[in-house]
Amino acid sequence: MASLSVKIGALELRNPVMTASGTFGYGLEFQDFVDLSRLGGIVVKGTTLHPREGNPYPRMAETASGMLNCVGLQNKGVDYFCKDIYPKVKDLPTNVIVNVSGSTIDDYVETARRIGELESIPAIELNISCPNVRQGGMAFGVTCEGASSVVRAVRKAYPKTLIVKLSPNVTDIAEIARAVEAEGADSVSLINTLMGMAIDAEKRKRILSIGTGGLSGPAVKPVALRMVYQVARAVKIPVIGLGGIMTATDAIEFLLAGATAIEVGTANFIDPSVTMKVVEGIEAYLERHGFQSVSDIIGALEE
Amino acid sequence: MKKQIMDLRVTLSERVGAQCTLLKAKPVEGHLPECKPGQFAQLRVDDSGTFLRRPISIHDVEGDEISFLVQEVGKGTHWLCSLKEGDILNVVLPLGNGFTIKTQGTPLLIGGGVGVAPLLFLGKRLKEQGVKPTFLLGARTKAQLVRLDAFREVGEVLITTEDGSEGERGFVTQHSQLSMFNGRQCSIVYTCGPMPMMKAVAKMAREKGIECEASLENRMACGVGACLCCVEELADGHNHCVCTDGPVFSTAELKIDN
Repeated sequence: MASLSVKIGALELRNPVMTASGTFGYGLEFQDFVDLSRLGGIVVKGTTLHPREGNPYPRMAETASGMLNCVGLQNKGVDYFCKDIYPKVKDLPTNVIVNVSGSTIDDYVETARRIGELESIPAIELNISCPNVRQGGMAFGVTCEGASSVVRAVRKAYPKTLIVKLSPNVTDIAEIARAVEAEGADSVSLINTLMGMAIDAEKRKRILSIGTGGLSGPAVKPVALRMVYQVARAVKIPVIGLGGIMTATDAIEFLLAGATAIEVGTANFIDPSVTMKVVEGIEAYLERHGFQSVSDIIGALEE
Repeated sequence: MKKQIMDLRVTLSERVGAQCTLLKAKPVEGHLPECKPGQFAQLRVDDSGTFLRRPISIHDVEGDEISFLVQEVGKGTHWLCSLKEGDILNVVLPLGNGFTIKTQGTPLLIGGGVGVAPLLFLGKRLKEQGVKPTFLLGARTKAQLVRLDAFREVGEVLITTEDGSEGERGFVTQHSQLSMFNGRQCSIVYTCGPMPMMKAVAKMAREKGIECEASLENRMACGVGACLCCVEELADGHNHCVCTDGPVFSTAELKIDN
């Protein structure tokens, strides 16, 4: 059977299939549906230094082939994570990666430092791309200077594998990717959600509580694929691709575009066991095409 | 209780009332997992115009046959209401917490519109426990009252309609027989329906000193507590997932009663 393992920095994944932050809880919520030991990793909910209530309801609007959300990083803060969540996830049979968010550089650094002390968390995904938080989040991720400054500071405080999650709401995502690579990021993951809006024509009102939200689901896949392709050619560090992956074929397209690993997000809402099908589908594809290893198809587009 | 993703085969699809369809279905393979009144299922809609599953409360369970009462409000529910006998329906269930079953005294079950759906299953389970449920069902007009015969098999049924076309005219909280219910013999009020109705029911229950549980139907995505889209801000000032901490809440916990 073909080898599925890949490496992201120092992190070894048994296969390239991970779950996207904010769509898979802490993994525990999906144990009835998924054999976690068959996942490359799970990226748990966005964690901030202080507890956040998130944005008011309504936070979600269904769209054509996707959905908008403006959850706004609701979480109970890093102390709660370390004390209450970590003991429950530290022995899960997969890589548990924490998505770290913040409003200031100091917040990012302190949250990353504390997560860095947790032995069983081998990596963080730095979220400089949340479109739903007023100050910070995406504000850092939309300029090279902003992105560089956060990554530079966190890199000093965090010795393990550092993945930086990029925003698609920029003019040139490759430029941002190069900037964070230069500051020592081990990997970039992309894309976060695309800023969007939903309007109720009958009520003449914006549907989401804060007016705008992040678009995810198959609707964003072509944009995500294009960006992964561009970034994979612009940087030497491994790229993690995500955005609208619903099937193994979608995942394979991201690998061909140059992603070393992929994250499945919104699809978990439609089929909570979808990640198992994605793993099986990648295996079957490699078998069918006679590849020895999944690395044989990474960036392997024919001209 | 282990949650499952399973294919059901539709055994009955019947139009009831003006806007609702009663769907009955059985697992294609194996058995239906144990479900509690007040829990819900996420129904997959295979229509290109929709994306997410639709959270629908469990209307009844008889052996391996589960029932849903679906009100047609948009594309997704239209697709569900168009299912025919023999069609496959993919569901994730059982989800949510469910109502607290209290076996002392007389429970009062107050439903409005399609919100009556989970009360039938609840009433049946209460009756099996030896208590006699009273249903108080409200609607704008007679055509929107559904499944009355099924409710009457389980307990006494009181009705209000806003236009007076069936039962007493007015809102559920104005029904003349409500004066019979007080904190001594009525153990609990369960309610499900439009928010203004549940708000009025919660207020009435509090004034009478009766415990009250309400089932919410916030807009949902995942249904399993992962996406945090369906949150309700409770009286404790925090946002809670309706899909996992609810959909049933004690009205004392809700802001509607404060």
